[in-house]
Amino acid sequence: MSAVLHPHDHSLVDHHDDHHGAPHGWRRWVFATNHKDIGTLYLLFAFAMLMLGGVLALAIRAELFQPGLQFVNPELFNQLTTMHGLIMVFGAIMPAFVGFANWMIPLQIGAADMAFARMNNFSFWLMIPAAAMLASSFFLPGGAPAAGWTLYAPLTLQMGPSMDSGIFALHILGASSIMGSINIIVTILNMRSPDMPLMKMPMFVWTWLITAYLLIAVMPVLAGAITMTLTDRHFGTTFFNPAGGGDPVMYQHIFWFFGHPEVYIMILPAFGIISQIVPAFARKRLFGYASMVYATASIAILSFIVWAHHMYATGMPVTGQLFFMYATMLISVPTGVKVFNWVATMWKGSMSFETPMLFSIGFIFVFTMGGFTGLILSMAPIDTQLQDTYYVVAHFHYVLVAGSLFAMFAGFYYWSPKWTGFMYNETRGKIHFWWTLISFNVTFFPMHFLGLAGMPRRYADYPMQFTDFNMLASMGAFTFGLAQLYFFIFVVLPVMMGKGEHAAQRPWDHAEGLEWEVPSPAPFHTFETPPRLDATATRIVA
Amino acid sequence: MTCKRQTAQRSFALRPFFLGNLKMKMKNLIQKLSLAGLVSGVWFSQAAWAVNDLVGGPAVRQLNLQPAATKIAAEQAWLHWFMLIICTVIFLAVFGVMFYSILKHRKSLGHPAASFHESVKVEIAWTVIPFIIVILMALPATKAVVAAKDTSNADLTIKATGYQWKWGYDYLKGEGEGVSFVSTLSNEHRELSNSGAVGVSIDNYLLKVDNPLVVPVDKKIRIITTAVDVIHAFSVPSFGIKQDAIPGFVRDTWFRAERTGDFYGQCQELCGKEHAYMPIHVKVLSAEDYAVWAKEAQAKMAALQDDPSKVWALDDLVKRGEKVYAANCLACHQANGKGGGAIKPLDGAAVVLNADKSKQIAILLAGQNNGAMPSWKQLSDTDLAAVISFTKNNWSNHTGQLVQPSEVLALRK
Repeated sequence: MSAVLHPHDHSLVDHHDDHHGAPHGWRRWVFATNHKDIGTLYLLFAFAMLMLGGVLALAIRAELFQPGLQFVNPELFNQLTTMHGLIMVFGAIMPAFVGFANWMIPLQIGAADMAFARMNNFSFWLMIPAAAMLASSFFLPGGAPAAGWTLYAPLTLQMGPSMDSGIFALHILGASSIMGSINIIVTILNMRSPDMPLMKMPMFVWTWLITAYLLIAVMPVLAGAITMTLTDRHFGTTFFNPAGGGDPVMYQHIFWFFGHPEVYIMILPAFGIISQIVPAFARKRLFGYASMVYATASIAILSFIVWAHHMYATGMPVTGQLFFMYATMLISVPTGVKVFNWVATMWKGSMSFETPMLFSIGFIFVFTMGGFTGLILSMAPIDTQLQDTYYVVAHFHYVLVAGSLFAMFAGFYYWSPKWTGFMYNETRGKIHFWWTLISFNVTFFPMHFLGLAGMPRRYADYPMQFTDFNMLASMGAFTFGLAQLYFFIFVVLPVMMGKGEHAAQRPWDHAEGLEWEVPSPAPFHTFETPPRLDATATRIVA
Repeated sequence: MTCKRQTAQRSFALRPFFLGNLKMKMKNLIQKLSLAGLVSGVWFSQAAWAVNDLVGGPAVRQLNLQPAATKIAAEQAWLHWFMLIICTVIFLAVFGVMFYSILKHRKSLGHPAASFHESVKVEIAWTVIPFIIVILMALPATKAVVAAKDTSNADLTIKATGYQWKWGYDYLKGEGEGVSFVSTLSNEHRELSNSGAVGVSIDNYLLKVDNPLVVPVDKKIRIITTAVDVIHAFSVPSFGIKQDAIPGFVRDTWFRAERTGDFYGQCQELCGKEHAYMPIHVKVLSAEDYAVWAKEAQAKMAALQDDPSKVWALDDLVKRGEKVYAANCLACHQANGKGGGAIKPLDGAAVVLNADKSKQIAILLAGQNNGAMPSWKQLSDTDLAAVISFTKNNWSNHTGQLVQPSEVLALRK
């Protein structure tokens, strides 16, 4: 049986606690304080939310397949788009990366667990009622919130009671994220093996360290924005209501001050995963490690000063437009540096193309396309044409799906042998990759054309000239959804249930990192004493 | 090591043979679904929507921006090509290198891994060169930003007000001054949308309005945007303009149309459930045609000034009210007055049948449910009195009640 579902004590150093009553049954999961278990909980939760968000997306695409309203009325359509966004961002992508963090950070730095194991449990279990509240908002009077995931005022002031429960859910999710980030920072800064200085940490650990700071900085800002919305709705304030002296645009400033770093929060850990996988399968050290660290830090710092590129059309003065345009264009420089470094890692390597590497190369290819459309959008005059059109939808799906999600798939294929002790089926992995890559592009590439032609976002119905590309996108979307079902049933479930070949301790011959110094599956307790490491901080010395 | 083997044999909820069966069924199902997908894909691709390109609006399977009708839009299109070409060149260069590497530097070809892993010179080079490229990109963009923002010295100033869910145009200064009207999506199109748009091919679907915005060609038109309820956005892609319409605030943008014709845009900021149903239609006329239109429009405005102290007869007012209902209320409350979903019915509604008319008047003036039912105070006293009287005397409502314009005026605060 896989150690994912049944613990088995094979701690690296001593064996005398083999039979000290490892947790089992429901208590193991409800009272989990083990970073591996909590990582598993986050990942399974995130996948469930991915499926739920995906179903909402398919409802959207079913409606948009042809002009005219066939399945939903416009109110419900707006609820679908809003909830798809909220669930994917806060329920799927963010928790999934936290799941990866929980599983891998202690293993990669030689720590026994996270610094605050019980707070870790709380961070996870908070998500369940919050997600339930969010998902069940469809059933409240008036339906789910329908103001877009960005929840602009004053439209939010018109929403029914689900807006309030949605705000409450977001507060809880935010608190969970903040606690998780504190945990991650304290763990990384304090619990590394003494032989691992900061500049020898794995890239995944670096990117999560930086991401955690971003989270702590901006989640409270979102909390501020949605609390002001709440008090405007019920407690007589007029922060965003001009009739009372308020300013709707201020909501946008506050929201996007959170919102822009938020999208980097959703991509930096992906960069970290890719930075670990490409060297492993190119059999060559990551090119420019120090550069990669500085580039990640630059992206994070720059992400704080670009927020108003989401607001070019609100009427800001020329100086404002120019400043935010220049700052946003600047971010492409460190991002480009990262892409060049990955390619340089591959260059003159000795590559093989197992599924983790396929998804990583797919990531680099398709994420870069998303990056280019981002650069195009950052130009204010072009943004005048493309703001609030399907070009924007295409852009962020390229960076979030082909970016974050592909990186997570890559991470799953790379690390699941360590998690479960079993090798996934390589043929099926490849099927999943090609199926996903092709259907993804069929779905989202036509959206660039739709946006250029002027099709607006969040539209339940559209002028008939837009039909053909909408049809194509819808067909691609259903195919893409099927691919993920295939993934779960035919790749994930088998390894979780112990089907497949046993995984070696180091299934990838050039994988580096302390996680490969422990058996597969990783024992319930690892590194109970801090390991001593070699000069590269990737191998344990006796 | 032996422990692992033992645990591997422990039973689990889903036994292997059951899972095997399930796997077979899923595989068959997936094969069937893929086949269905393929067949329907082929079928649909042949049943191409028989709609034509809309001049001044979107074209079928359009790949690029709409053809520019102003210099600003032409500038934006140029900038977009400029960026697209540079990005494509960089893309091909970088991925050319990557794919070459994928093809040649493979373990299966026996290519040995090199050991280099850093180079300060290279890092500096590929930081500085992109930095310079980005600066070069920013130069023409800066010019375009500054040009688009200069709304001074306009020939004609028009205020576009966003409502849930239509546009109101007021000609504030210049030829045609004083003209004011509301532009709403054609009811026919709205109902077509509800019915699924089955079997129709309409070139200006969801873009047709009752009263288009009329402007003269080759004149600098300044559009002031605002809103009464939530944020909307005024946009005409062929002109290259997009400006949020924000309640309580006044923003502006400008355009100079270089040719006559019809040009279309749509609301570009989520504003509630009818966000997709408040299009913008700009009719650009030659100077002479515009002068004729402006005179006619001003004359009509004068005639429309209803005297609120006029006393109306029931039949006349109800007939007028039917028109007002069709133009403003029908989209939500439906032709049969039954509403639907969150929209309350009017047929048989207590507040409509109430002998105390002030309740219904108050709802129309102030809106209800935080704007879910918007305020209609921008309609004239006569129009409001007419539509209330209509609801009180239509469908199964036969109150015989009559609301005079003066009663509405009295309740305005």
